[in-house]
Amino acid sequence: MKTVTLTVKKEPELYLECETLTPDAFAGKKADEIAKIPAYQGREDTTLGEYFSIAGQAGASAAETQIIINGDCSKMKYIGAKMSAGEMIVNSDTDMYTGGWMTGGKLVVKGNVHSFCGLGMEGGEFIIEGDAGNYLAASYRGDWRGMQGGVLRVKGNAGSDICTFMNGGEVIIEGNVDIHIGTHMEGGKIVVKGNANRRVGGQLVKGEIYVFGNINVMMPGFKHNRDVELEVDGTKAVFAEYLGDLGERHPKRKGETVYGKLYLKK
Amino acid sequence: MSEYIIKNGHVFDPVQKIKGDKKDIAIKDGKIVEASEVSSSAKSINAKGKTIMAGAMEIHAHVAGPKVNAGRWFRPEDKIFDSHKKPGMTRIEGGKSIPTVFKTGYEYARMGYTFAMEAAMPPLYARHVHEEIHDTPIIDEAALPVFGNNWFILEYLKNREIENTAAYIAWILNQTKGYGVKIVNPGGTEAWAWGLNCLTINDPVPYFEITPAEIVTGLMEANEYLGLPHSVHIHQNDLGNPGNYKVTLDTLRLAEKVKPKNDFGRDQVMHSTHLQFHAYGGESFANIESKAKEVMDYVNSNEAITFDTGNVTLDETTTMTADGPFEHHLCSLNHLKWFNVDVELETAAGIVPYVYSPNVSVNAIQWAIGLELALYAKDPMRCFITTDHPNAGPFTRYPRVMSWLMCAKTRNERLNTFKNADKIIDRTTLAEIDREISLYELAAMTRAGPAKSLGLSKDFGGLKPGMNADIAIYNINPEKLPTKGEDYEKAFSNVAYLFKDGKICVKDGTVVDNGQKKTFWVDVKVNPNKQVRHDVVEKFLKYYSVNEGNYSVPDDYAPHQHIISLDATHA
Ligand SMILES: [Zn+2]
Repeated sequence: MKTVTLTVKKEPELYLECETLTPDAFAGKKADEIAKIPAYQGREDTTLGEYFSIAGQAGASAAETQIIINGDCSKMKYIGAKMSAGEMIVNSDTDMYTGGWMTGGKLVVKGNVHSFCGLGMEGGEFIIEGDAGNYLAASYRGDWRGMQGGVLRVKGNAGSDICTFMNGGEVIIEGNVDIHIGTHMEGGKIVVKGNANRRVGGQLVKGEIYVFGNINVMMPGFKHNRDVELEVDGTKAVFAEYLGDLGERHPKRKGETVYGKLYLKK
Repeated sequence: MSEYIIKNGHVFDPVQKIKGDKKDIAIKDGKIVEASEVSSSAKSINAKGKTIMAGAMEIHAHVAGPKVNAGRWFRPEDKIFDSHKKPGMTRIEGGKSIPTVFKTGYEYARMGYTFAMEAAMPPLYARHVHEEIHDTPIIDEAALPVFGNNWFILEYLKNREIENTAAYIAWILNQTKGYGVKIVNPGGTEAWAWGLNCLTINDPVPYFEITPAEIVTGLMEANEYLGLPHSVHIHQNDLGNPGNYKVTLDTLRLAEKVKPKNDFGRDQVMHSTHLQFHAYGGESFANIESKAKEVMDYVNSNEAITFDTGNVTLDETTTMTADGPFEHHLCSLNHLKWFNVDVELETAAGIVPYVYSPNVSVNAIQWAIGLELALYAKDPMRCFITTDHPNAGPFTRYPRVMSWLMCAKTRNERLNTFKNADKIIDRTTLAEIDREISLYELAAMTRAGPAKSLGLSKDFGGLKPGMNADIAIYNINPEKLPTKGEDYEKAFSNVAYLFKDGKICVKDGTVVDNGQKKTFWVDVKVNPNKQVRHDVVEKFLKYYSVNEGNYSVPDDYAPHQHIISLDATHA
């Protein structure tokens, strides 16, 4: 594994779109070549070298490449988007679309991320050490393909509309979340270790949602099924299992209707 | 205006029956002229080892107007990762299945197209259609207003009033700057307002008590009464359903009853669009099969019909049609989002995203049927390549469709690698066909044929001196044809040169000039008709949400018009 270190040297006037800031785009390149990789500001083409000083060099493949980013990235979008392998550590806050459509590798953001991060994630590991904004691990605006796979962990809180149209994978929020959790969800697993506000699992077709704290207001479409002892993200406890959303379409498997499941820690 | 002489290229032009011979093509003042007519200062273009055809003509695509735009705003995900501007003079090109107007113009031009017909214009929203047409660079365009579920038409034809029907059509063409008569699911879209549909040509439309057969026949008669450049252009009943080929044959046979009558050299009385969606056997999606052979046996035998294919390209796309009930049905099958609008007395529209997957047998069968239709066509002057953009796939995939038609090896590789290849081969006849469409046949299917069907063959679709200088030059050497489908695809995606009105607009696949696009429409003079005038006034007072004075498309909505005027006054 070889390491490339990027340090912000100029703050973008608008926002810098850096979907090229991934181990995949860097693989096989030296610092001077990485500096020439395109990035975009508004309608203007620019390069990564305009905004970052670059040291070190990338490995031969994405899997052999580690990227460390220092400096303020709070006006940079798409960092790590579509990465398939390798490792990225961002010592900053980041803007929208961070880690979107990741298929593999590991992305760690030491600060907070803005909204629309981890969209449509398919694989890999994405760790946010601070808070996440709205629409975390959801689908892109208009799309019906939310998170498909991989693991996304937020050590702080997350906002509203997280995991919309989630189809697979696992999201763990160690803090609290606001409204609209797992709307239209058709698979995967959400674990909220703190409290959730309201509208948890609206139009839930399939998949599991675990809440360790309280839900401010439960959706009316959920029915208590049984109490069950489970181990969830390292915590063993008894959970009340609810089936829902009863107002939504549900698939049948071997003649039995498959419901979404909502677990509340007792 | 500048003069050009294109030298040493291989010319394919069905209008002059030139099949790849080397011939110099000269251009002067936007027209093709004899080589002797240009001066010695004419700029010379070396087309050695290249293919020269007239600009291609799109006969059926949904590229402008409220339905297309509704698709754009209800599918932001269609534009994702398309937000960066390419170098050069072009604007940002966004959207895959529902591209922006700019991308629409650029992409057609890069593929060698110089004309596109917007296939369904709701008369009430004609202004929007023309705003988008005006903003689409390079290519000429026209739009077909929809008539098959219009209350005026249903009322006139219920009483077989052909003259009133014709007068109303003439009025609509004038008000909307429309080109011809489009029919979408005749009667069915209106029946849906009652929660019903018309799935055969004999299902009566509730309240109006008229059948699709009567609507189609009446509109064909009115079309020929007026002598319009194009024939009626029909999207038939029961689109997309297994077993619908019987309804298709019933509709096509209606063309036997009417004779073409026009001064434009058009021989057909019916253009049947996206025939792929109408050539299905079987009773359900579990046993759907191809009936392309049966449908084409009939089409080949009846010269009064032209058709376009509606090839499935196996992409994620956006379906959109004035066939409102069909979109509702499709949404119940794929559970994706659904958009619907009712257009007052005139029509409706629905939109649903759709993913054609090579792993889904029905989609692979649809893919095969579209290709079979073109490969069974005996007369390439009556068979045109479309994807019913964006319904069966985006028009930007034409080069790939062409590669499947022109290279049996590429086609069979695709067929044999489907997930359920055995099933697809069993349910279709594609594996038995070894025909490869030639460059000459392709020029008929994409240039001379559509031009003739649209009544534009005097000036477009060929390279004869006197015709408009719309010319595409491709990097294909007919003396050393590509052996791989992908080479055809690359060549058809990026012209070496595109001339529009004698001006170079694309060079080596890069747009270099936005051209001077024109809006084509048909202005027909008819006898004054008191009945139709009375009905228009009454319907606007009673039903329409706009005043009659705010209905028509003002001239400044279409600043560059190409008006085809004709006199259909009858003694
Ligand atoms: Zn269509």
